[in-house]
Amino acid sequence: MTEIVHADRALALIGGEPNDANLRRYLHGIPGVDAVGLQQRAAGLGTRSIKTTSKAWALDRIIGLIDLTTLEGADTPGKVRSLVAKAVTPDPGDLTCPRVAAVCVYGDMVPHAVQALGAAHGEIAVAAVATAFPSGRASRSIKLEDTADAVAAGADEIDMVIDRGAFLAGRYGQVFDEIAAVKEACRRADGTYAHLKVILETGELNTYDNVRRASWLGILAGGDFIKTSTGKVSPAATLPVTLLMLEVVRDWYRLTGHQVGVKPAGGIRTSKDAIKYLVTVAETAGEEWLTPHLFRFGASSLLNDVLLQRQKVATGHYSGPDYVTID
Amino acid sequence: MSRLAVPKTYKLYIGGAFPRSESGRTYEITSAKGAFLANAAKASRKDARDAVVAARAAVSGWSGATAYNRGQVLYRIAELLEGRREQFVAEIVDVEGASAAKATAQVDAAIDRWVWYAGWADKYAQVVGNANPVAGPYFNISVPEPSGVVAIVAPQDSSLLGLVSVVAPALVAGNTVVVVASQRLPLSAISLSEVLATSDVPKGVVNVLTGSPAEITPWLASHADVNGLDLAGAGDLDWVDLQIAAADTLKRVLAPEEVGQSLGRITAFTETKTVWHTKGLI
Amino acid sequence: MTFLDYAPAPESQAVLHLRDEYGLFIGGEFRAGGGTPFASINPATEKQIAMIAHANEADVDAAVAAARKAYTTTWSKLSGSDRGKYLFRIARLLQERARELAVAESLDNGKPIKESRDVDVPLVAAWFFYYAGWADKLDHVGLGASPAPRGVAAQVIPWNFPLLMLAWKIAPALAAGNTVVLKPAETTSLTALLFAEIVQQADLPPGVVNIITGAGDSGVPLVGHPDVDIVAFTGSTPVGRAIAKSTAGTRKKVILELGGKAANIVFDDAPIDQAIEGIVNGIFFNQGHVCCAGSRLLVQESVHDEVVDRLKARLSTLRLGDPLDKNTDIGAINSAAQLERIRTLSDVGEAEGAERWTAACEIPANGFWFAPTIFDNVSTSHRIAREEIFGPVLSVLTFRTPAEAIAKANNTPYGLSAGIWTDKGSRILAVADQLRAGVIWANTFNRFDPSSPFGGYKESGYGREGGRHGIAAYLQGATK
Repeated sequence: MTEIVHADRALALIGGEPNDANLRRYLHGIPGVDAVGLQQRAAGLGTRSIKTTSKAWALDRIIGLIDLTTLEGADTPGKVRSLVAKAVTPDPGDLTCPRVAAVCVYGDMVPHAVQALGAAHGEIAVAAVATAFPSGRASRSIKLEDTADAVAAGADEIDMVIDRGAFLAGRYGQVFDEIAAVKEACRRADGTYAHLKVILETGELNTYDNVRRASWLGILAGGDFIKTSTGKVSPAATLPVTLLMLEVVRDWYRLTGHQVGVKPAGGIRTSKDAIKYLVTVAETAGEEWLTPHLFRFGASSLLNDVLLQRQKVATGHYSGPDYVTID
Repeated sequence: MSRLAVPKTYKLYIGGAFPRSESGRTYEITSAKGAFLANAAKASRKDARDAVVAARAAVSGWSGATAYNRGQVLYRIAELLEGRREQFVAEIVDVEGASAAKATAQVDAAIDRWVWYAGWADKYAQVVGNANPVAGPYFNISVPEPSGVVAIVAPQDSSLLGLVSVVAPALVAGNTVVVVASQRLPLSAISLSEVLATSDVPKGVVNVLTGSPAEITPWLASHADVNGLDLAGAGDLDWVDLQIAAADTLKRVLAPEEVGQSLGRITAFTETKTVWHTKGLI
Repeated sequence: MTFLDYAPAPESQAVLHLRDEYGLFIGGEFRAGGGTPFASINPATEKQIAMIAHANEADVDAAVAAARKAYTTTWSKLSGSDRGKYLFRIARLLQERARELAVAESLDNGKPIKESRDVDVPLVAAWFFYYAGWADKLDHVGLGASPAPRGVAAQVIPWNFPLLMLAWKIAPALAAGNTVVLKPAETTSLTALLFAEIVQQADLPPGVVNIITGAGDSGVPLVGHPDVDIVAFTGSTPVGRAIAKSTAGTRKKVILELGGKAANIVFDDAPIDQAIEGIVNGIFFNQGHVCCAGSRLLVQESVHDEVVDRLKARLSTLRLGDPLDKNTDIGAINSAAQLERIRTLSDVGEAEGAERWTAACEIPANGFWFAPTIFDNVSTSHRIAREEIFGPVLSVLTFRTPAEAIAKANNTPYGLSAGIWTDKGSRILAVADQLRAGVIWANTFNRFDPSSPFGGYKESGYGREGGRHGIAAYLQGATK
């Protein structure tokens, strides 16, 4: 699908220019969310019991869906190299262990990540947070520059933040335009685009109705992925919020035949939790969403917990933290 | 020189009108000493049927009125009864052979009882309803509602007080009523109908049948559009059979008993409705 | 492999230690019944679980006599606070043995373990906990000071929530100071008998709780027993009607919780994803073996197609199979007879012209199963829109205005429950006001709580279970 087709379709749905009034009419026409019902459904999905062969499959798949992340002010090229090494060889004791989907770093770390990945770049993508991450409080031109800079440095994926202030103030047109502009900034010299993940920062949007509207907004404006959180705001990813975003993605697919990805990020630390997300994806959007093109975990400590579980499945006894590496 | 009196024709009270029985039948009402007092209408099963239709039609308006409004309308009945006090006393003296003092006491008690019940209209739901502290994010409340149409056999040995004691509580919650009056002592029932007809009680809310309870009640007990059956005055009938007939549509039934005044008589013909609603801040 | 073919995750049965045969529990002891014992079978496999005693009239007499004796000599003389302590003990024992009871329930009834584990058994314990606290506070029930218990309660319960219905019956009865004789349904006696063991562990005075097992021929003499003061029945409307007739003219207080044909009303502004979940939970919870099931979906015409499409997609993710598998959503139909009834009425629905859709799922070779089924284009005059199917079968009807929705919802002799789905709070309250049903769920469905009164209007029965209302029924109150 070309970006032109997407834009036309979005405009047709909105029923005119993506200004505040048209977007408001569209986004507020979407059915509401009952918080209690949503949370109950998520809790119900969380009670699925994934055992034996299903669990083994799930653990490997979780690894393959991870955006292994470091987003610290203290990040250094050395830290990024270490992260990349872990991404390439998650479990040095078991070379059958799959690699993660991507590493996720700040824009200035992209060259170091690309260099450290070497031949593995391609199999493992480099994602960069951009647009004055995490607050997004900068001028449009800075945000676009931030994005273009990371893409030029070799980022395959851009994790942008929406302007939550504008969204909460009802300036939907501004949010839309900015996402569309960032999308354009993802364009490479050869005409291809870096994949755009749109971070809603659901913890700041606060209500489920807002999350649902922001999800639609992110998709309409051209996001390839909608992502829950920066990881810098609490609550970050929750199962109900992710379920809600998956429902939007599913509805968008029903409407257009176009698949958009979902990335819960922040707060998912255990295999048990991650498996609940896999179940939620499979039973909401469908099993075909369980691929790196359509689903990611934004996580760091999750990987080691999965590795511990993986070792337990392989050996039949419980492993310990000294048997997995720190990055 | 004494004035020639103008006697009253005692008819049925159905849907706010005063029809004769469709059967054309009447029966003699005599004084305690056997003197002729009046010809009362002898209601048939078709009159009972018509009364149920009228009562059903009145349910939504009466039960849908605010409790405050129902209370005021019912209190207004007491005011009108007070104004007609002498008429009721005279009728009771005539038909029951009671002393004026006893008849007066009965009328006063009936009026006071009516006032007592009128005041319940906007309170009983607070006393018998509940906010329920369920273990979950839900608003949950239980409120009583009227059962619908209640058929009543009035106490047979009392002209007015017995009648008021069964009709008033059923009305409080918003039920509508088809009452079979005392067979022997029906004059007060018809006079009460005249009070109701000139009050603010909507037509059909109270329907009064005179005649033979033994003949009429089985039709009411088995009527599928009747929700409740008060057999207060049916002690001398085959009331077990009436209760069995009522069981076909699982009516709420009160067995024959001495009737006083109680909150229980109001709630006997109510249904508790419990409403759950999710509570979510986000 | 596909991930969604979740590997088997069976709940362990090791926690369960069943006997080969169970007697009647009378006067604190198990004893043989006078009738011919019968087998309780696992509806998912048709294999025998245990032999169950069959109470004859002499057994019923003995049980009522035991209850009367316990009432007169001990239970009615005990302080409310001591009665409460016994009930608290029972609540704790139920919590301690929760998993065992859940496994037994799923084995005997066919319901998914996730429901018996997460819904039935926790509610059972909650029910005893709730009513335990009432036992020494009867002055505050609303019947004046020191209301008297009624005496001996005869309680007959159905097979759809065997242990939960037992709790609904026994907990308030005991808290109020009555003693009980309870008869579970003949296909699901097991957990009532395990409960009898708990009664022993709690050291409840003998005869306060008596459990007799058997079919209708055990229940009829129990309900009709002259020394019974209160009859509480949950089950079908025809049986409830028969009980109302047989107790006519007696001094027995009667509580009937009967059938239903609940409307689940979905307005066009409903929170759609939660409404879909609510519809599914409303009719497919416990295989639709729920008297308050939302068996009539009333959906606003403007969103009919979307709701039905989404519903079908959602139903396609339901997992039917082994009730003891932790991932099973739809378990077994409780009995061959019930399966036959569901099939018959479904065939009628098809013959009447409704459009049948059944979720594609593999049906196990043995046992009693019925795949989740929707009938679309159902009219109010169709039998499947009027009769209680008591199975995983949903009838879909449409409406255009709120007034039409209310009229159609109320157009039934039943009046147990109803659901409303809309984002408009004002409309919820107005519609709830006008629905003639005892329990209204707004933007949710099939929620239960011991503090929340439950019971029907019209032919769905009378009396309320749960809450303050639920204990008032077991106490003497004046209507004079």
